[in-house]
Amino acid sequence: MTELALQQYLDFVYIVAVVLFILSLKLLSSPVSARWGILAGEIGAALAVIATLFNPELVQYKWIIISLVIGAGVGVPLGMVHMTAVPQRTALSHAFGAMSAAIIGISEYYVGTRQVTRFEMGEISLEVIIGSLTFTGSLIAAGKLQEVLPQRPIVYRGQNIVSLSILAGALGLAVALVVNPTNTILFPIMVLVALIFGVMLVTPIGGADMPTVISLLNSYAGFSAALLGFVLNSKVLVVAGALDGSSGFILSVIMCKAMNRSFTNVMFGAFGQVQASAAGVKEERVVRSATPEEAASILAAANKVVVVPGYGMAVAQAQHKVRELYDLLTKKGVDVRFAIHPVAGRMPGHMNVLLAEADIPYDRLVEMDEINGDFPQTDVALIIGANDVTNPAARTDQSSPIFGMPILDVDKAHTVMVIKRSMNPGFAGIDNPLYYLDQTLMLFGDAKQFVGSIVKELGGH
Amino acid sequence: MPPDFISNLYVFILAGFVGFEVIKRVSPLLHTPLMSLTNALDAIVVVAAIIIAGRHETRLTTILGAIAVAASFSNMVGGFLITDRMLRMFKSRGSKQS
Repeated sequence: MTELALQQYLDFVYIVAVVLFILSLKLLSSPVSARWGILAGEIGAALAVIATLFNPELVQYKWIIISLVIGAGVGVPLGMVHMTAVPQRTALSHAFGAMSAAIIGISEYYVGTRQVTRFEMGEISLEVIIGSLTFTGSLIAAGKLQEVLPQRPIVYRGQNIVSLSILAGALGLAVALVVNPTNTILFPIMVLVALIFGVMLVTPIGGADMPTVISLLNSYAGFSAALLGFVLNSKVLVVAGALDGSSGFILSVIMCKAMNRSFTNVMFGAFGQVQASAAGVKEERVVRSATPEEAASILAAANKVVVVPGYGMAVAQAQHKVRELYDLLTKKGVDVRFAIHPVAGRMPGHMNVLLAEADIPYDRLVEMDEINGDFPQTDVALIIGANDVTNPAARTDQSSPIFGMPILDVDKAHTVMVIKRSMNPGFAGIDNPLYYLDQTLMLFGDAKQFVGSIVKELGGH
Repeated sequence: MPPDFISNLYVFILAGFVGFEVIKRVSPLLHTPLMSLTNALDAIVVVAAIIIAGRHETRLTTILGAIAVAASFSNMVGGFLITDRMLRMFKSRGSKQS
């Protein structure tokens, strides 16, 4: 009786935690209330963890305490990484989350082998397959983002058929286990096959598609936790997993729309391969370039400037120099804003975090749909390390691989300045007609150094 | 189909709808913190891992449970920490002066 009563108290605490989780996400709707959201989430998580420690099923605490200490020891440094490393940190945390979900499913199988029903076997298999493939897939994504693995898509002939057969193999093993749950030898093989599929799934995907892939892996990690909730009959896991899963799903839809591509195209299309031949047939065209002095005087004379940051700004670590430029121009009375394309960078919202870190006020960061109408009244559009998201061919050239992708209409600004290392086409290998327009000035050089030189010209240091 | 499955499915579907409605209102400005926050919330699987690690059924499950506790608790700690650090950076022009 007392044990049962205790169990009910624990369930009640879990309900409070779930309410706090939902509040936490709700408070994230505005930057003003967002930090209260963190507090709500933290209280909810702490309540749930502490309540669990009172669970009557627990008989020894040694390993729990040791692993909680290790977890905190790993978690704190992962929480303190530099903002430029946030995409790979996020991919790594998806890997950790999916790994825990898969491991718990696996141990549930080995604990429950005696009485596991076919239905439970199906739940466990599905959960473990999704958790395992998300684990290795996220590790590959983290490796690509950290540039330990090549960012270019790695493809070979017949890849999709091979990958899909491996997935089919994992599902086939799951079906065999459902038919005969006592066939224990199949279970580790199924886990192994799912782990291999995760590698095959993400290896062919290029760096520019990472915002979608990270969101998709986020969604898988969430759904594997929700499925684990089904396996363990734990509602708190079902809710937290459903929230995480739907969040990742919404973000992937937003990312796909922002690239005008479908899920299947991102997962199986290996962006950046087909275009190599198309880029070869361009004729010689004239570009105009400018020095930092010229760029500085044009910027100083402008009324309205829109800065368009991209992944190149993150790579060059130019965000702090960009802040200095923002401060100087603002002091001179120039209206400076930042145009943020949804897929700029390597994960959703990447540019916002980098610019916020550099102390640029968030009300100066404007989304694509809001700012596009303002480009015709903009004196200077300054593009720093962005390429495809500014390519007007997406609007006009039906043969372009990015035709139909929503872009920032920078070509409508009076003057366009592009900071770029060289005329090499961008990541996707697509030529950008923006660079050959009459009002376009190319500023050749490293983003950080070039912005630094402009700042110096404008009287900064 | 076990009755638990049906009630879990109810919870899953309702939570999915709540998640959809709440998350679509999150400003794109905060999409990176959104992802790290949902990651931290998702790390609640630690409660299941704690039970596996502390139930002491077999040596294998205790080891697996302990690994899962460490991995998910690191997500919880790291996820809340980095989300908080990010959100502290988001300042409007008004609050910057103060």
